[in-house]
Amino acid sequence: MIAMPDQPSRKPLVELRNLSKHFGEGQARVDALRDVTLTICSREVVGLLGPSGSGKSTLLNAIGCILEPDQGWMRLDGEVVYENRWLRGNLRRLRLEKIGFIFQTHNLLPFLNCTDNVAVVLHLAGWKKSAAIARAHELLADLPVDHRKVAMPGQLSGGEAQRVAIARALANRPRIILADEPTAALDSVRAGIVMDLLHKLAVEQDAAIIAVTHDEKILGRLDRIYRMVDGALSS
Amino acid sequence: MNLAFRDIRHKLGRFVLTSLGLSMLLGVVVTMAGIYRGQTADALALLQATRADVWIVEAGSHGPFAEASRIPGDTREIVARMDGVSEAGSLTLQTVQLVQGDRRLRLQIIGYEPGRPGGPATLIAGREITSNRYEIIVDRQTGLLPGEALKLGRRTFTVVGLTSGIVTLSGDSVVYLTLADAQQVQFDLAPPAARREQARGAARGSTDLVNAVVARVSANIPASLIAAEISRWKHLSALTAAEQETLLTRTVIERASRQIGLFMTVLTLVSAVIIALIVYTLTLDKTRDIATLKMIGAPDRTIIGLIVQQALLMGVSGFIIGTAFVYAFRGVFPRRIEMLPADIAGLFVVVVLVCLAASALGVRVAVKVDPARALAG
Ligand SMILES: Nc1ncnc2c1ncn2[C@@H]1O[C@H](COP(=O)(O)OP(=O)(O)OP(=O)(O)O)[C@@H](O)[C@H]1O
Ligand SMILES: [Mg+2]
Repeated sequence: MIAMPDQPSRKPLVELRNLSKHFGEGQARVDALRDVTLTICSREVVGLLGPSGSGKSTLLNAIGCILEPDQGWMRLDGEVVYENRWLRGNLRRLRLEKIGFIFQTHNLLPFLNCTDNVAVVLHLAGWKKSAAIARAHELLADLPVDHRKVAMPGQLSGGEAQRVAIARALANRPRIILADEPTAALDSVRAGIVMDLLHKLAVEQDAAIIAVTHDEKILGRLDRIYRMVDGALSS
Repeated sequence: MNLAFRDIRHKLGRFVLTSLGLSMLLGVVVTMAGIYRGQTADALALLQATRADVWIVEAGSHGPFAEASRIPGDTREIVARMDGVSEAGSLTLQTVQLVQGDRRLRLQIIGYEPGRPGGPATLIAGREITSNRYEIIVDRQTGLLPGEALKLGRRTFTVVGLTSGIVTLSGDSVVYLTLADAQQVQFDLAPPAARREQARGAARGSTDLVNAVVARVSANIPASLIAAEISRWKHLSALTAAEQETLLTRTVIERASRQIGLFMTVLTLVSAVIIALIVYTLTLDKTRDIATLKMIGAPDRTIIGLIVQQALLMGVSGFIIGTAFVYAFRGVFPRRIEMLPADIAGLFVVVVLVCLAASALGVRVAVKVDPARALAG
């Protein structure tokens, strides 16, 4: 657990104030987020730890704007996107431009090969086809899964699929990268490669990276670690 | 990068099977339209083959194809002598049913006077009737060939010529005999009682009845003028070819368009429902992919495009396959199928509209998919 001192050039990319979210009512009520307040700056790789059901995924989904919180305040890359309600109309555009997701489940599109699964994000962002393919190949080579460029997702191993999903999350150079167990399916060598890459990215792209993990082998490579228990955050 | 196309390519087998299934359905719709046009064409075939300007029938009758008509045999001479009439010919019309080999034939027998209007306009084989007796010209739809024999009543006729596509309103083949032969066949085939009566009448010298007289008018005289003049004679009615055509088409349209129109509407609706269900299930199958697309930032436009394009590709390829199939096999269909480019184009537009409408259900589901579904394990 290394608490990095804030440097002046660092910009806060993710800022949450008293963000709350519950599921269900009465007996079935689960408080998945309780007054979560946190700030994550550019060039930071932050770890999120906690027991199963503590609200880690819920937090990532809220930051990723795919889950609406109950109340609170949230600013992403300088733009207040939530204040007790969504303030921004086109959340999908926001995700396309600023957020990259890496999931527990890989969510590759089964009808596109690996290269196109990465390139599709760039296609949506309006890139030219050749540039998109070139960027996809470059990312696949970094991870490295370029030997599976033309394979369909159904033919990949769990680790390969996860690395393709990581390549897709990074394709459009998002400022905020949300990763749910990014190294769960990887051996320590490849987990190391992925973490190195995330670090490199955080620095090169001035990005903030939030990674949920149980993975002991990567704890040492995180800049900062938050712990979640029953929806509440402690650092 | 076209996602619709990629998804189809990924599950090509399913797409091809679905399109083939749809093509059968849409092929039937195309066939219906073809039958309808075919019936209209059939109804006019005999009329057009006769190339008469005026049809003269019994007073009050709507023409020899619609109602029974009997007029005296000398009508032709009277008509032919009129100013403005260049030629005229007597006709008898009679429907017979007979068994030829192992086939049941329904024939429309036309008795005409060779050399006068009323005979077949063009032959595709053989020759005109030259001898007065026992020669017959048949339509090739009967399956008979020149030189073959056909028994009508008590006489055997020899096929001397072939026509093509001359049929009646109900699709029966037309055959041509001389007027005298036709009258004889009419007598032979009449029920015994009527025959006895007719034979008694023959003693009084009035067997010489025909069903219609057709006339051609001189080039510079309007047919309607001649028709109006003849209609003034109280025992006769006269219709111009145009009037006859309107009458026949109206008959067909009244009868066929209601049945076929109903069928086509029902089938089109069924196709719409089926396409809607297919699109709906395809969308449900893709819920997770749609959620993923939304999560990585795809706008609704992309997702709706994916669904609508697939629906269109399916419907359009089904329509093209179905139409090609009907076109290829229209010859072996028992009824005439007339495929007009305008009809095909019209149906194509309908199919496109049906696909668009049918996608609505799938689109509704897709738009509502929660991007968070992508995360659910
Ligand atoms: N859509 C939902 N509806 C109802 N309850 C939910 C929903 N999503 C999450 N929860 C509940 O909220 C709590 C937090 O869930 P969350 O998925 O954030 O946990 P987690 O920390 O990611 O767990 P894990 O380590 O197992 O992935 C859990 O009790 C879970 O059952
Ligand atoms: Mg989780």
